[in-house]
Amino acid sequence: MSLDPLPMNADWTTGVEAIAFQRCRRCDAVQYFRRGFCRRCGSTALETCRASGTGTVYAVTRVVRAATAEARAHGPYTIVLVDAAEGFRLMAHGAENLAIGDAIAARFIAFTGRLVPFFEKIKS
Amino acid sequence: MSFVTGVGLTSFGRHEGSSTLDLMSTAAELAMADAGLERRQIDGVICGYSTTMPHIMLATVFAEHFGIQPVYCHAVQVGGATGMAMTMLAHCIVDAGVARHVLVVGGENRLTGQSRDASVQALAQVGHPVYEVPLGPTIPAYYGLIASRYMHEYGVTEEDLAAFAVLMREHAATHPGAQFRERISVGDVMASKPVASPLKLLDCCPVSDGGAAFVISRERTNGFGVKVRGCAQAHTHQHVTAAPALAEFGAEIAVARAKQASGLSIADVRYAAIYDSFTITLAMLLEDLGLAPRGEAAARVRAGYFSRQGHVPLNTHGGLLSYGHCGVGGAMAHLVETHLQMTERAGDRQVRDASIALLHGDGGVLSSHVTMFLERVQ
Repeated sequence: MSLDPLPMNADWTTGVEAIAFQRCRRCDAVQYFRRGFCRRCGSTALETCRASGTGTVYAVTRVVRAATAEARAHGPYTIVLVDAAEGFRLMAHGAENLAIGDAIAARFIAFTGRLVPFFEKIKS
Repeated sequence: MSFVTGVGLTSFGRHEGSSTLDLMSTAAELAMADAGLERRQIDGVICGYSTTMPHIMLATVFAEHFGIQPVYCHAVQVGGATGMAMTMLAHCIVDAGVARHVLVVGGENRLTGQSRDASVQALAQVGHPVYEVPLGPTIPAYYGLIASRYMHEYGVTEEDLAAFAVLMREHAATHPGAQFRERISVGDVMASKPVASPLKLLDCCPVSDGGAAFVISRERTNGFGVKVRGCAQAHTHQHVTAAPALAEFGAEIAVARAKQASGLSIADVRYAAIYDSFTITLAMLLEDLGLAPRGEAAARVRAGYFSRQGHVPLNTHGGLLSYGHCGVGGAMAHLVETHLQMTERAGDRQVRDASIALLHGDGGVLSSHVTMFLERVQ
C-alpha cells in the first residue's frame, strides 16, 4: 500500500481536511488515536499517513437529544463508527440513511464551529 | 474472607437541598446501624466520586465530615463499575488484614445539584477528548452505537430491548424508594421520545439524587451471613472507538475469572444484580455473563425467567432504569437489594431463594467490568 505521509497532527482534529492514522515501521501495526509510540510494540518509529477516507459502517446512531445548545442547533445528527479501508476504526458523522455494512466515503463538514468527517454511501 | 455486614440506601429521585455529603452520610448511617457498628469501629473508608462535588480527596473529606479517622481511606473512580470495584477492594483489604470494617459509600445530588445539560455533558466526557467528544456524542449515543451493532449481529429488536424497561418498572412498582413506579408497556417504551437511536427515553436510566452504602467486614457482626465468595475484573478499552469485537467484551472475561475465584458456575446463581444503565446494557450483560443464550435474553424476560418468582430474579428493586441512577450510588443499590433478598428482608419483593447471587457492574462504554459472587452462609 502506498503511503501518503502527513505532518503529525495535520488532520480533521486540527482543522485540516484529512483523516490520519499512524503506522509502526517496526511491527506494521496501525493506530488511529495519535501517540508518540506504537501501542502494540512500543516503538517510536511511527509514520503518520493520510487515510483514503473510505470504509464500511460498523455501527450507527441518530442523536436526537444532544448535550449542548451548540450541538442541538444542528438538529438531529448521525454518528457512525467506521471501519476504515486501512484497518483502523474511527468515529465520525454520517448521512441519515446509513446502515451497518454500507460502503462509504468521507467529506468534511462544519459542526459546532469545527471541521468533522462526514461519511456518505458510495454510489454503485 | 469477607462479609457484607450492613447495607443502607436512600430513596432515589429528588432530594432538593441535599448535598453529596448529606446523601453519603444518610446512607452511611443506615449501613453502619444495619451492621450493628459504631463510628469508632469503622477503620476503613472507600468512596466514589461525585460530578456535583468534584474533589481530589473525597474520601477524607467524607471521613472528616462523618466523624471517622480510618486507617485506610481513599476514593475510587471506575464510572458505573465504581460500586462493585469498591466492594472488591474492600473485600481485598479486609481479607489482607489491613482493616476490619470498611465503610463503602456513594451519593450524589446529580438531579437537583446541576442542570440536565450539565449532567449529560459531564458524562459524555468519558469519550475521547480529541477524536470523539468534538463530534457531539452523548452517553446514550455511545450505547446507541453498541446497540446498533449488537442488534445487527444477534437479531435483537427494539421491542426486545423494551422488554427490559418494562421488567425493571414492574420490579420498581412496589419499592417505595424507586424514582419511577408507574407500570409501562412495550408500546410505551416504543412510543417514548427518541434519544439516540435505537435508544428511546424509556430505554435510558434517569438522573437521580440518592445515596447508598455498605460495610464489608472480616467477621460477621450480626446474624446476616452474606459472604463475598469471589470477584474479578476486566478492562478491555476506555473509548468505544477502541472497543474490541462484541464477542470479546470484558463481561465475559470478568465472569470467567470470578467463576474461577469463587468455584461457582452460572448454574449455581439464584439471584442476579446486573448493571442496567440502558436496556441494551442489560441485554448484552445477561448474555455475556451466560444468564441467557446469545440473542435470547429478551425471550427469557418475556417468559418470566428474570421476574420475582422466576428462575433467576433480576434487579428486584427496579435497577438503574426505574429505581434510578445517582452515579456511584446507582449500582450500589443493586448490592443493597441483593443483601435484602439474601437476608430475607425484601418484604413484598422477597424472592424464594437468593442463596447465591451474581453481581456485575460496568463502567464507561462497557469498558470496565467487575463481577462478584455472594453466598449466604449459616
